[in-house]
Amino acid sequence: MDLSYYPGCTLKTIAKGLEDSAIASMNALGIRLVELERWNCCGTVYSLAEDDLAHHLAPVRNLIRVKEQGGDRVGTLCSFCYHTLKRANLLVRNDGEKRKTLNDFMEEEIDYNGEVEVVHLLEVLRDEVGWDAIAGKVKVPLHGLKVAPYYGCTLLRPQEVAIDQVERPTIMQKLMEAIGAEAVDFPYATECCGSFQTVGNPDFITQRAWEILSSAMRRGAEAIVLTCPLCHFNLSQRQPELAQKYSDFHGMPVFYFTQLLAISLGIGPEVCHFELSSGEPLSLLKSKKLVS
Amino acid sequence: MEDFITRKALIIGGGVAGIQAALDIADAGYEVILVERTPSIGGHVLQYSEVFPTLDCPQCIMTPKMVEAGQHANIRLLTYSEVESVSGKIGNFTVRIRRKASYVDWDKCNGCGLCQLKCATTAPSEFERWLPFGRRKAIYIPFGQAVPNKPVIDRDACRYFTKGKCQLCQLVCPVKAIDFEQRDTFTEVNVGAIIVATGFELYAKESISEIAEDPDVLDGIQFERILCPSGPTDGEVVRPSDGKVPKEVAFLSCVGSRDPEHGVPYCSRVCCMYLAKQAMLYKHAVPDGQAYIFYMDTRSTGKGYEEFIQRAVEEDGVLYLRGRVSKVFRDGDKLKVWGADTLSGKRVELSCDLVVLGMAMVPDPAGKDLMRILGVDTDIYGFIAEAHPKLRPLESSVPGIYVAGTAQGPKDIPDSVAQGSGAASKALTLFSRKEPVLEKR
Repeated sequence: MDLSYYPGCTLKTIAKGLEDSAIASMNALGIRLVELERWNCCGTVYSLAEDDLAHHLAPVRNLIRVKEQGGDRVGTLCSFCYHTLKRANLLVRNDGEKRKTLNDFMEEEIDYNGEVEVVHLLEVLRDEVGWDAIAGKVKVPLHGLKVAPYYGCTLLRPQEVAIDQVERPTIMQKLMEAIGAEAVDFPYATECCGSFQTVGNPDFITQRAWEILSSAMRRGAEAIVLTCPLCHFNLSQRQPELAQKYSDFHGMPVFYFTQLLAISLGIGPEVCHFELSSGEPLSLLKSKKLVS
Repeated sequence: MEDFITRKALIIGGGVAGIQAALDIADAGYEVILVERTPSIGGHVLQYSEVFPTLDCPQCIMTPKMVEAGQHANIRLLTYSEVESVSGKIGNFTVRIRRKASYVDWDKCNGCGLCQLKCATTAPSEFERWLPFGRRKAIYIPFGQAVPNKPVIDRDACRYFTKGKCQLCQLVCPVKAIDFEQRDTFTEVNVGAIIVATGFELYAKESISEIAEDPDVLDGIQFERILCPSGPTDGEVVRPSDGKVPKEVAFLSCVGSRDPEHGVPYCSRVCCMYLAKQAMLYKHAVPDGQAYIFYMDTRSTGKGYEEFIQRAVEEDGVLYLRGRVSKVFRDGDKLKVWGADTLSGKRVELSCDLVVLGMAMVPDPAGKDLMRILGVDTDIYGFIAEAHPKLRPLESSVPGIYVAGTAQGPKDIPDSVAQGSGAASKALTLFSRKEPVLEKR
């Protein structure tokens, strides 16, 4: 099966490991991710201003690309891309007046009326591949790995774009269990990482990262697993400062869900680009004898 | 003129509203059949510690009424019974009642309690709101002041019914009242009027999924039991997880109430008051403890109610935080409570030992089938719809069937009692006539 796939900017740069491990894993599970042609920035943040339609042009243009190329569905990996595409799509579907304004403005494009379905790869894994089928393909069960699923905000909020139960999601826990890891539930799983405050207020992010990581540590987690490149950045890149500030903190690896999936499916760690992560994820996997 | 009225009343539900209605009709000289689903009359009121705003003891104010209802010459008490079917119309209803098997011959039983003393199997007690303290036996009288003071056997817990042997209670019973062969029986009564007083339940705290499993997150009635001097902890305020005295307690208002997203949109009317009262009683029991109440706004619209809230704040130092709670989670020995104080505009994080949820009041789910049997209209939440929301608040949509207490909507004890008396007077008005007159106004 082919799935039209929208990567977004970070997956081509600092989150290369998310993209490559996703493509390789999905291949192993029988789904070919076909990169959308001529995609552009997703818009990053969904604008909440009532009259700020210009901000929705970027995501809607991507959806137009999907329609233009004959697709009715697009898969996303990054939480931000998922969020802006999904929400802009709902706006087009539900608000006729704004739909018309957007279409009129983009007169060079074909008309778009919300025909495309936006899905996150986790949803595809749950609804189309299925946990049992994934478990059946696992070659290296991640036994002994205690990992805390961290969802952040944009996969779950607001309710109309949530890929799972908003208050108590289990989708990543189910995936982790399917690939043999032990999922650790912790109270900060759906708290915000601080998001783009990382640009102007890095101290605040350091504080958030500490609250999130230390909470997972107290519940016995050895690593974090997540979907979002920005959460990944905030939770992993602040770790050197945390190690300086808290003497008992010795780093905590942060994985993308597709990296752990790829490892469990027996795909070499090369596709995971662990060299782009701090917190020594590879050492943890080696210590558990999950990679050689 | 021929007489078309059967001058007897059926009252369904033996809580404070139903008991009041029964006593009023019986005192007027008419026969009353009082049907109660559980083994004893008394209702929720009897579970409370002390009641607002006077802080009198509900056991002290309720038991005389219960005993009177149990002994009144005009009241026939059918506890552990449920209405099966109803036919007929105003003035002449025929009602079939299932008397559930208690496996104890209540005519022989003298209520000595030896059976429950000797029974070796325990189960969570409904009266103690399934708290880990105060489990009951498989053969049990639900609580000390029960009327009638007769035991029933819980088939799901009883060793004889589940494993085929034991029968210890039968062995020790001095009057040979235990009867494992007993079956449900049916009785049919003719009545002229029916009063429905089936009461409320609390919105299940399990519906607030992220915190439901924690033993130290209690609903309002559970904390009433812990505060109650005659409760399972003898009034010692301790928390279920480890039996320690909680030093910081957070009370959360409007959990499920006024929350169309997660619960029901309406206000449950009593939570502001009982949470203030519980915080006050907690402070009386643990003077060095701190009580926090998160609230949206306090609704204290009864007589003496606002003064009561002020007393909680001024005399007992209860700390009110205007804002809602977003999350409660366990952090080691403590429960972390995240909320907002919208008056100072700050986020609040508390480390508490115990959290009490002021859950929304909903109609008792056990009454759902009954409404269908009676043919009375309910609103979308299951509360009985009145014939007219302002001018006929005591009548249901079916002539001759009246409503009292929280079956009609959330209300406090005084309002329930008033409505019980009101519904009784409606029935008595009917009994004073030769034939039913349908009210048009």
